[in-house]
Amino acid sequence: MITLAHFLTVAAILFVLGVLGIFLNRRNVILILMAIELILLAVNINLVAFSAFLGDLVGQVMAMFVLTVAAAEAAIGLAILVIFFRRRGSIAVDDVNRMHG
Amino acid sequence: MIALLAFYLFATVMIASAVCVIFARNPVHSVLWLILAFFNAAGLMLLVGAEFIAMLLVIVYVGAVAVLFLFVVMMLDIDFAELRSGFTRNLPFGIILAIVLLAEMVLAISAWKAGPVLSGAVPRDTAVEPNIVALGQVLYSRFLYPFEIAGLILLVAMIGAIVLTHRSRGDVRGQKVSKQVDRRPDEAIKLENPTVGEGMKL
Repeated sequence: MITLAHFLTVAAILFVLGVLGIFLNRRNVILILMAIELILLAVNINLVAFSAFLGDLVGQVMAMFVLTVAAAEAAIGLAILVIFFRRRGSIAVDDVNRMHG
Repeated sequence: MIALLAFYLFATVMIASAVCVIFARNPVHSVLWLILAFFNAAGLMLLVGAEFIAMLLVIVYVGAVAVLFLFVVMMLDIDFAELRSGFTRNLPFGIILAIVLLAEMVLAISAWKAGPVLSGAVPRDTAVEPNIVALGQVLYSRFLYPFEIAGLILLVAMIGAIVLTHRSRGDVRGQKVSKQVDRRPDEAIKLENPTVGEGMKL
């Protein structure tokens, strides 16, 4: 039988993978953004699992808001990435500190 | 039983594709693995009875966010000759992936028909009120202001993305609205009746 713990375990593994992705791909900003999407997906799975477990729809509403913010974040992040690439010709995160001033 | 099978399949494939997102050498492959992960997450959400969120995940993430990622990845510096050369080599792998996805969809539908499965959960009567109806009623009454703020966030993100990436290019001839509006029929149209063999003078 599937319990809440099953879903929480899957979401935890996914979350850890997302964090690992951020740390492993330090140079590639696109992969960092994808790892952030994975983390938000793990959060969404948690919210929906709790919502189904408690019989309360608020969790699913919150999952929708997380989804909205994730979409907005991806759009803005990719826009910043595009102008950064246009200026510098690379997407290595190590060069980002040269953006100031 | 089928629900348990579906859960383990979705969870395993999702985590495996998340691993592949992180470790793939090619960013395009990463995006495709991300799409697979989202599909399987949608299957997981279908299992607990959150049909609307599952469909939203497919529409928003796979249809919009992942395609946006794909666009940006392809805009940036990637060796396209190298990408194309592996096509025939990757073809059997792609077909296997398509078959797996199809099997998962069939499994998801049959598991969903068996009803939400979560031991110890508070049951909701889905026959009286389907998930999407209940969600809409909560969303448009109790969460009306957060819902509108979410719309506002999306608007700000859209305007921000346009403002950030827009650039006025010098080599493009833009539209001159005032000139177009000032144009009158008598100066725009000329009627000619050329004689045979002479042609028209422009």
